[in-house]
Amino acid sequence: MNVLSSTPLWRKAFRAVRFFASFVFLASIFVSLNQPAHALPAFARKYGLRCSACHESWPMLNYFGQKFKDNGYQIMNDRDAPIWQNPGYWPVTFRILPIWHRVSTGKVAVDQGTGITRITSSGFDLSGLDFHTGGTLEKNISFYVLPSSDNTGAFHFETVMARLDNIKGTPWLNLKLGKFELDNLLSEKRVLTLTANGGIYQLYHFSPQGDGNTFGQIGSNQLGIELMGHSYNDRTRYSAALLSSNNGSVGFTYGANAYTGFFAASQAFNAGKMGVDRIGFYAMLGQAPTYYLTSGGSPISGSGVGNKSFHREGFVGQFYFGEHVDLQVVTQHGWDNAWFGQGYGNIIDAPGPNNLPGTVLPVGAQAPTWNGVLLEPHYVYSPQLIFIGRYETIRMSRQANGSASANPSPSNFGDLSTYTVGMRYNPFMHSRAGFAWHNEYNWLHSVGTGPGPGLNANINTSEVLSGFDFDF
Amino acid sequence: MKNRKSFSFVALISCALAVGLSASAFAQDAPEVGPMPPKPFKNTESHIGNLTGHSKDGKSDYRRYCAGCHGDLGDANGENAQWIDPKPRNFTLATFKCRSTPTGTLPLDQDLYNSIGRGFTNSNMPIWNTLSPQQRADLVAYIKTFSARWDKEKPGDPIKVPAEPPVTIQSISHGKYLFTKLECWKCHGPQGKGDGPSAATLTDSQDNPIRPYNFAAGADDSRFKCGSTNQDIYKIFMTGVDGTPMPSFADVIQPNDAWDLVHFLRTLQVKRHSPENAALKAAGGSIPPYVEKPDAPAADSKPSGTQ
Repeated sequence: MNVLSSTPLWRKAFRAVRFFASFVFLASIFVSLNQPAHALPAFARKYGLRCSACHESWPMLNYFGQKFKDNGYQIMNDRDAPIWQNPGYWPVTFRILPIWHRVSTGKVAVDQGTGITRITSSGFDLSGLDFHTGGTLEKNISFYVLPSSDNTGAFHFETVMARLDNIKGTPWLNLKLGKFELDNLLSEKRVLTLTANGGIYQLYHFSPQGDGNTFGQIGSNQLGIELMGHSYNDRTRYSAALLSSNNGSVGFTYGANAYTGFFAASQAFNAGKMGVDRIGFYAMLGQAPTYYLTSGGSPISGSGVGNKSFHREGFVGQFYFGEHVDLQVVTQHGWDNAWFGQGYGNIIDAPGPNNLPGTVLPVGAQAPTWNGVLLEPHYVYSPQLIFIGRYETIRMSRQANGSASANPSPSNFGDLSTYTVGMRYNPFMHSRAGFAWHNEYNWLHSVGTGPGPGLNANINTSEVLSGFDFDF
Repeated sequence: MKNRKSFSFVALISCALAVGLSASAFAQDAPEVGPMPPKPFKNTESHIGNLTGHSKDGKSDYRRYCAGCHGDLGDANGENAQWIDPKPRNFTLATFKCRSTPTGTLPLDQDLYNSIGRGFTNSNMPIWNTLSPQQRADLVAYIKTFSARWDKEKPGDPIKVPAEPPVTIQSISHGKYLFTKLECWKCHGPQGKGDGPSAATLTDSQDNPIRPYNFAAGADDSRFKCGSTNQDIYKIFMTGVDGTPMPSFADVIQPNDAWDLVHFLRTLQVKRHSPENAALKAAGGSIPPYVEKPDAPAADSKPSGTQ
C-alpha cells in the first residue's frame, strides 16, 4: 500500500524532508564492538608525521602507510629503534566512539501481533574500547598488541604479534607470528565506515544460509604465522600465511588439527596523472572440523576432527583517478564442502548437526558456491574531509540443497546486497591525536532469510549513525 | 508517532549540523583555499627528465605529507619541527644539502626530486618513494614557490663526476692520508664515528646543533645522507653540504684524490660488504702508510697509524 497517497500534502513534504535529512546527514553512530582500527597517534608522535602522511583518511592507509606497515612500523631511517625515543615515550593509543544511532530491522519474529514485525531502535551508545600499542622492540623487530573490549568492557586480544623484519637485510623476507589481520589490501580493520552492517565488509565474512563453516572469514584476525615480502618501494607485495582453522579463537576451542592457508599478492603501477594504481589477488584455502566428541550430548571443546575443505579467492583493485577520487574493488568466489552446506562445522558456538561416524549426506546435498563484488568509491576532498560510498552484493551460484533435494533452495536464497554512504570530517590534522566527526547510513537487503512460513521472505535492515571517533 | 516525531527532530537538527559543519569543513580545508601559501602564489614548474611538475598540483600533497615538519609556509615551522633533530629544511632559504651543483648555488630539480624519493637516513625525513614520479615532480615545483631565489637565480651547473678508478689498497691508503691531511677526522673522528674533537661544537647555518656523519653506523647499509653510491659520496666532497659545516673540497683536491677518499670512507663502514673492504681484507686487514710519490702534491702531515 502506498502510504503517502492517503496523507496530506504537508505530511508528504515533511516526510520527504525527513527522508532527505536522514540521507543527507547520514547520521549514524556506530558501535562497532568488533571493529578496532589500527590508526596510531603513537606512531605519529614517534615520527612527527601528520595522520595524513600514512592515512588516505584515518584510519584507511595510503601507499606510504602501507609501506610503513610492511616495513614493520618503520620508516627505515636510523631512528626506528626505540633507543632513539625519549624514555618517556609510550607507544599506546586508545580509541573509542560515543555515538547516536538508529537501527531498523525488518521481519523480526515476535510473540505479539502477527508474529512478524519491524523493530526500530534509536539512542545514544558507545563503541568498545581499543588499546593499541605497537612499534619496534629493536631495529627490524616489531610488535603489535591490541587488547579490545566490547561496549560492556569485556576484553579480548584482537591482535598480538611479533615480527622479524627485513630478514637477511631484504624486504622480501618478513616473518610474523601471533594473532593478526590477514593481508587484505582493502583492510577491514581500517574500514572508513562504522555501522554494524556497513562497518564490516560482508564479503569478508559471508557464509551461505545454514552453513556451518565459520572458519573462512578473511576479515577476522587469525592465529598463525605469516611470511610476507615487498619491493623496496612497496610496489610489489606478497604474503603467505599458515593459520589455525579456529577463526582467531584461542585455546584450541574447536580442534587442533585443522589448518588454513591465506595467500595474497599485488602489483602497483604508475598511471601517470591518475596516480598509482594497484591490482592483486588473494586466496584462502583450508579445512575445518565437522565432527566433535560429545559429553552428555554436548560437543567437547577442542575435540573437532572430520575436516572438510573450503576456499575463497578473488581479485583486488585500488584505482586512483587523480587527486580526489579513488575506487576500491574486491571480488570473491567462495566454495564450501557440502558437509558445511548442511550445517556441519562449528557446533561449539551454536547448535548444529554432528558428523558422527556413519553419517551420510542427504540426497541433493551439494557444495554451496557464491560470487560477490565490493565497490567502494571515495571522494577525498582533503585529508580532513572524505566522502565514502560502498556497494556490496553477494549472489549464490549453487545452493547447498540442490534440485534433487527434498527441500531445494531457491537460487537466490541468502543473496545479500548492501549500500553504505558516509562522510568523515577531521577538524584538525596533526601528529598528536585523531578526531573525526563521522556520519553514515547503511542499508542491507537479505533474500529469503526472514522468519515465517515458506522461503523468500526478504529482510531489509538499515542503520543511521553519527558520532565522534577519536583516539589519543 | 512520538518516536517518529523525535526522530524527525533529531534528523532535522542533524541535517542542519551536517550542513553547517560541512560548510565549515569545506571552507577550512579546500585544497585551493587553505593554509596560506606564499604570496603572491606562483605556478612554478619543475622539470625532471620527461616529467613536468606543477606547483598547483603539489600543494595538496605538500600539506598531506610535508607541512607537519616543514610548515605550511615552508619555513621549517611545522607543528612537529620543535621535536625533531635534525631540524627540517627551511625552504624559504633555498639552501639545500644534497646537490649536484657547486656550493652556494641552487640545486637542480632532479636533486630535489632525488632527495624526496631517497629520504635522509639520519633524520626524520622518510623515503617517499611510494609517491608517483609525477607527485614528486609536483612537490619539487611547490617547494620552489617558497623562496624568491628561484625567480632570481638559476641552478648551478652540475659538477662533472669522472669515471671511478679501480679500488686498490693504494687508493685506500691515499684516501686515508687525505682524510688526515684535510682534517676530516676533527669532526668525523679518526674511525669515522662522528666523534672527532670538534663534533660537539658544530652548528648548522640556523645555529642548530649538528652532528657529523657516523660512517661506522649501520650494518650493511650503504646509504649516506645524499645517496648510496660512490658517485653520491664523491659529489658530497665536491659540492659540500650547504647549510652545514661540511665544506666543498672542489678547489682543494683533484678528482682522483676525491675518489681515493671515497674508497677510504667505504672502509670505515666496517660491516659492509664492499669492494673497498674486500681490498682491505686482501691486504691483510690494515691500511699501509701512504708513501708520497715524487710528483704527488706535497703533504704537510703524516698519516696516522692503521685503524
